[in-house]
Amino acid sequence: MTTAHTESTGARPLTLIAHTAFLTGRLMRTLWRTPTFLIVGLVQPVIWLLLFSRLFRSVVDLPGFTHGDGGFLRFLTPGVVMMTALFASAWAGTTYLQDIDRGVMDRLLTSPASRAAMMCATMAHQAIQTVIQSLVIVVIALIAGATFPGGPAGVALTVLAAALLTLIFSALSNAVALLTRQQATLIAISQFTTLPLMFLSSAVMDLQLAPGWVRSVAAYNPVEWAVVAAREAMAAHTDWSVVGTRLGVLAAAVAVMGFLATRAFRAYRKST
Amino acid sequence: MVAVRRAQTALEAVDLVKTYSAGRNNPPVRALRGLSFSAAKGTVFGLLGPNGAGKSTTVKILSTLSVADSGSAHVAGVDVTAKPHRVRRAIGFVAQKPGTDPMATATENLLLAGRLHGMSRHDATARARELIDRFGLAEAANRLVSTYSGGMARKLDVALGLMHRPQVLFLDEPTTGLDPQARSEMWHEIARMAADEQMTVLLTTHYLDEADHLADRLAIVDHGTVVATGTPEELKSELRGDAVQIELAEADDRAAAVLRRVHGLREITMDGCTVRGRTDDGARALPPALAALDEAGIAVASATLARPSLDDVYLRHTGHALQAPGGEDLKALEAAK
Repeated sequence: MTTAHTESTGARPLTLIAHTAFLTGRLMRTLWRTPTFLIVGLVQPVIWLLLFSRLFRSVVDLPGFTHGDGGFLRFLTPGVVMMTALFASAWAGTTYLQDIDRGVMDRLLTSPASRAAMMCATMAHQAIQTVIQSLVIVVIALIAGATFPGGPAGVALTVLAAALLTLIFSALSNAVALLTRQQATLIAISQFTTLPLMFLSSAVMDLQLAPGWVRSVAAYNPVEWAVVAAREAMAAHTDWSVVGTRLGVLAAAVAVMGFLATRAFRAYRKST
Repeated sequence: MVAVRRAQTALEAVDLVKTYSAGRNNPPVRALRGLSFSAAKGTVFGLLGPNGAGKSTTVKILSTLSVADSGSAHVAGVDVTAKPHRVRRAIGFVAQKPGTDPMATATENLLLAGRLHGMSRHDATARARELIDRFGLAEAANRLVSTYSGGMARKLDVALGLMHRPQVLFLDEPTTGLDPQARSEMWHEIARMAADEQMTVLLTTHYLDEADHLADRLAIVDHGTVVATGTPEELKSELRGDAVQIELAEADDRAAAVLRRVHGLREITMDGCTVRGRTDDGARALPPALAALDEAGIAVASATLARPSLDDVYLRHTGHALQAPGGEDLKALEAAK
């Protein structure tokens, strides 16, 4: 049975880790050579962070705004971190589309590289970018005058939440890329999903001030899980059960999405 | 007996069928309609046919990239449907389109391929250096592949396929799009590595001269099935006598009928302005053929006699001529020889 299982996945755990490392290394090398996307991807969040925190400075004074301690900038920072992670990871499938286009995908698929490793590598590549971008955003928020009572641990957990969110949505984006193989479709689906997910969360607005149905929907929104975990971790009196449960469901969602996205390789093979 | 046969067979395809959907309003495309062939270990086997004959689809199924609707295939003795990952360890795959990472150097491309095949860093580095030297890429080894010429990138593709010393190498139209000089070099390399590396090569091509030059055995593929198989010499010797080819000044449907009445000429076929036939003695049959055409008032532009070529084999088995590969290929062939 063990043999049969090994046969069907085509990789032992050590091989899977090694292959993931080789393939992630390839993607990181490309990122190092052309860091344009990483840098350009930071322009928008930084503008939001600095503009919104001035523009909506007074919303924290609204009655019912329960997370206003430390000002709107402290409230907004985790939201902007998650927005950046979400928008960037929705594009993750582009790497696959380029590989398909250049024939690299076919060569990898005929090599012993396991499908799981190919999926993990693109997800890890995206998560590493998110870690870098999240840290830059937090530093800019600090320079702009934000304070985070949660300290370095709070920041670390914020980055972790952003990375988990990235893993979920980059897996989804990869699956869409494998199933549709079209840039236009990938962009359309990304845009239709990311904006609603952002506004159906407390990324930019306290949900106590939102209609009840938005709160109900947000309870199932991974973006909300990540925002809540991060905001709680960076707050003064952290409720660790809130942070723990949110990170837990995020991690579970990563496993499910990663598995489903890896299955998309089968559909790709069928239609090749 | 089956086991013994299989041990000496590197590639075996039996009754492969593959259908592609062609959109909602179109009937599905039947790329393969029961294609079968087998290739012995250590040989170069050619699949010869025009674009769309099903050559690439066959390669995709054998290299585990695609799955057949029905039929079975074994590569290096392993069933491609049941154990695709074991097949992947045994094969090198050079697709029709490039498969190199343009944002990496030749060395980086090769090292990644070697490492994915389980080679140690040390072995992979040594092998990469060897292949880079052999394919004349030493000067460009540490340049991004995006700066390479088409010929250089193609060589790197083949080098990538060879990195882990595969038992079976798939070369899907390795010289398409190359200039004559690069094609001649590629032929030279393929012939040499097939001899040096003791591996089985499945070569697809739509160049007759390429198949004739490189393949030990070949199968002629047309509309998704194998219509003839054998060594190039066997296939050519199946055709008795000389090939007669007459170019008419302008297309004339009567020409075929006129020539069929000429004694000693047989297997007359017409393709536009070209009339082809066979004869046991070309030198004797040609004058009456030209006289008969002249009598019928059909103007002749030129007439040639030739020993049978793969072109004739192809024509005979498929009923249509393969696109003429063009003069530069002959020069490339000469240079390669």
